[in-house]
Amino acid sequence: MSLELKNVEKKVGLDTHIYPTNLKLEKNTINILLGSTLAGKTTLMQIMAGLDKPTSGEIWFNNENVTGMKVQKRNVSMVYQQFINYPNFTVYDNIASPLKITGVNSDEIKQRVGKVAELLKLSGMLNKKPNELSGGQQQRTALARALVKDSDLILLDEPLANLDFKLREELREELPKLFENRDCIVVYATTEPSEALLLGGNTATLLEGKVIQYGKTLDTYNKPNTLVSAQVFSDPPMNIAKIKKSGDQCSFLQNKIQWKTKLNIKDGEYKVGIRPHNITTYKEGSNTLEIKGKVLISEISGSESLIHFTNGDLSWVSLSNGVFQKNVGDEMNLYMNTDEFVYFDQNERLISNG
Amino acid sequence: MAKVTLKDLSHSYLKTQSSDADWAIRGVNIDWNDGGAYALLGPSGCGKTTLLNIISGLITPTKGDILFDDKVVSGLNPVERNIAQIFQFPVIYDTMTVYDNLAFPLRNRKIPEEEIKAKVHEIAEMLELSSTLNNRASGLTADGKQKISLGRGLVRSDVNAIMFDEPLTVIDPHLKWILRSKLKELHQKINRTMIYVTHDQTEALTFADQVVVMHEGQIVQTGTPVDLFEKPKHTFVGYFIGSPGMNVLPCQINGSDVIVNGKKIETHQQVKKNNFSKTEVGVRPEFISFSNDGIPVKVLSVSNTGRYKIVDTESESGKIKMIAKSNENIPSGSAFLKFKKEYTYTYGDSWIIE
Repeated sequence: MSLELKNVEKKVGLDTHIYPTNLKLEKNTINILLGSTLAGKTTLMQIMAGLDKPTSGEIWFNNENVTGMKVQKRNVSMVYQQFINYPNFTVYDNIASPLKITGVNSDEIKQRVGKVAELLKLSGMLNKKPNELSGGQQQRTALARALVKDSDLILLDEPLANLDFKLREELREELPKLFENRDCIVVYATTEPSEALLLGGNTATLLEGKVIQYGKTLDTYNKPNTLVSAQVFSDPPMNIAKIKKSGDQCSFLQNKIQWKTKLNIKDGEYKVGIRPHNITTYKEGSNTLEIKGKVLISEISGSESLIHFTNGDLSWVSLSNGVFQKNVGDEMNLYMNTDEFVYFDQNERLISNG
Repeated sequence: MAKVTLKDLSHSYLKTQSSDADWAIRGVNIDWNDGGAYALLGPSGCGKTTLLNIISGLITPTKGDILFDDKVVSGLNPVERNIAQIFQFPVIYDTMTVYDNLAFPLRNRKIPEEEIKAKVHEIAEMLELSSTLNNRASGLTADGKQKISLGRGLVRSDVNAIMFDEPLTVIDPHLKWILRSKLKELHQKINRTMIYVTHDQTEALTFADQVVVMHEGQIVQTGTPVDLFEKPKHTFVGYFIGSPGMNVLPCQINGSDVIVNGKKIETHQQVKKNNFSKTEVGVRPEFISFSNDGIPVKVLSVSNTGRYKIVDTESESGKIKMIAKSNENIPSGSAFLKFKKEYTYTYGDSWIIE
């Protein structure tokens, strides 16, 4: 089983919503579309589902060209950010609805609804109406309906965005387990880098209608192909410095910060990306560099401290484990681990990480 | 600006009350000092919106009083209470310019135009809206509009308090991050009493000096972000703050020994009394490590978030989660866990035993 987009492009009037995209998704995988609002996640999903047609390009499913085939003829389920259920149906009838349409007999419906309800912890609520449920339970009902019919393709469009932080955490943990033993392709859209990391699977980073990078989630995170991909997949935002390389010396901030590199690249100007958790108030690793910072603001989240600081033109963020209360304007020393630096060339393409 | 005091507040939406569940909030006592940054944190349905509406004067509480600077204001209407409120969705006039939107609350109060001009420019400068002052608000992005909402709340210097009701929920993570630190910076500049209501622990903890955690209509703990993280007074606080939350395991107390899975463990406190119907041990994933002896567990799964690994294990008393470094080797199959004594607490009927 596979879903393949071949040169898929979507234009609306003169605006390009999706630039020519090639993507191949395999069976039994969770594929995350990561990008901010208006990056094209929903458009891409609607094209995958057959709810929308591409302006050009083709969609292939299991070696069959399904471009232009209506969603009704495709075996697809979709779950949205808003909790969408039939308000007058019980939870049972909501979950059973896709099976009833396809004419599954009532014994089998009962058995399948029972099973999926148990999986989603809805067993005790089958006779209730959606408005008697909490938000989390309403979204579980929508998910159950998507899971009950053995779809080939399950599309989840920011399904947790309208839930409380803790409910989100709980459901996010359960989701990958729900798909473990299913022969299907799951596509999951989110704006949150941390969500992609917690879900695992594969991740495509998106920006302004372009798929920037696609690969295993942790690889995409650790080896961003471009600075743009790194920025999409970074929260808090990645810190960036323009550096000079000469011989085995790298430097920035008018040579105030220097370190040795083993990188075998031409001398010249490059960019380095440093994730906030690789700038800390303490030394970590063997290759640490000191940087002075003037505190803009510090935020403490209980176990971690985020310190926003400036040095010259740089306005950066550091993330340390533990509590470090700093006042606005304080001068302090921070430490960067050069092993974790990500190097980009003038065109912002990856040269090396570490 | 004023000190805000809530005294023995209880509210029920029912005419008569027979059990605790009939109260939306019960026995709430809060002292918020003039100029402080506070957060009210809890899941949907915990009573935080009821409390907010009581403070702003939209709801008259069934019992108790609200005081501003030690003067009872319970009988005053919302206008007389003089509170600025900022909501989840931007409330602005699309047809007006950014300037006129910001000036609106001041013009309503017949403040001289000269003074308005100075105020609007000052706030616009802080929010980085100066260059857009003459633009129409309708052309702005969601976060731009929410910035104006924030600005309108902040522009008046005569308000008793500024209340934020989930102000960043509809904002993308990257922008949320910027607005959040902006708000914190503004608080430090203008020093007004700010009350921030949210279900999102990150927003609450990073913004506030003091966080009030609500659960089922009651305050379960008030404290600094560090207090809430390091010493949860109630198992709900342990669960709700931190991601993943605190592990809570059933335990027996024999004399002064605390026993989990038949194994004696060391805890922060000396347990003296034991007249509870339920006793538990609580320890955060951050304070657990692998060891040569300790609680026997089976390692179930490991998820690598790039920065750290979350390890799921199963013990005789239930699942235990722990956090390990991203480069740490995780044993497969059987292992033993050790809890850090200083951060392991015992709970009787969900409250910390002290």
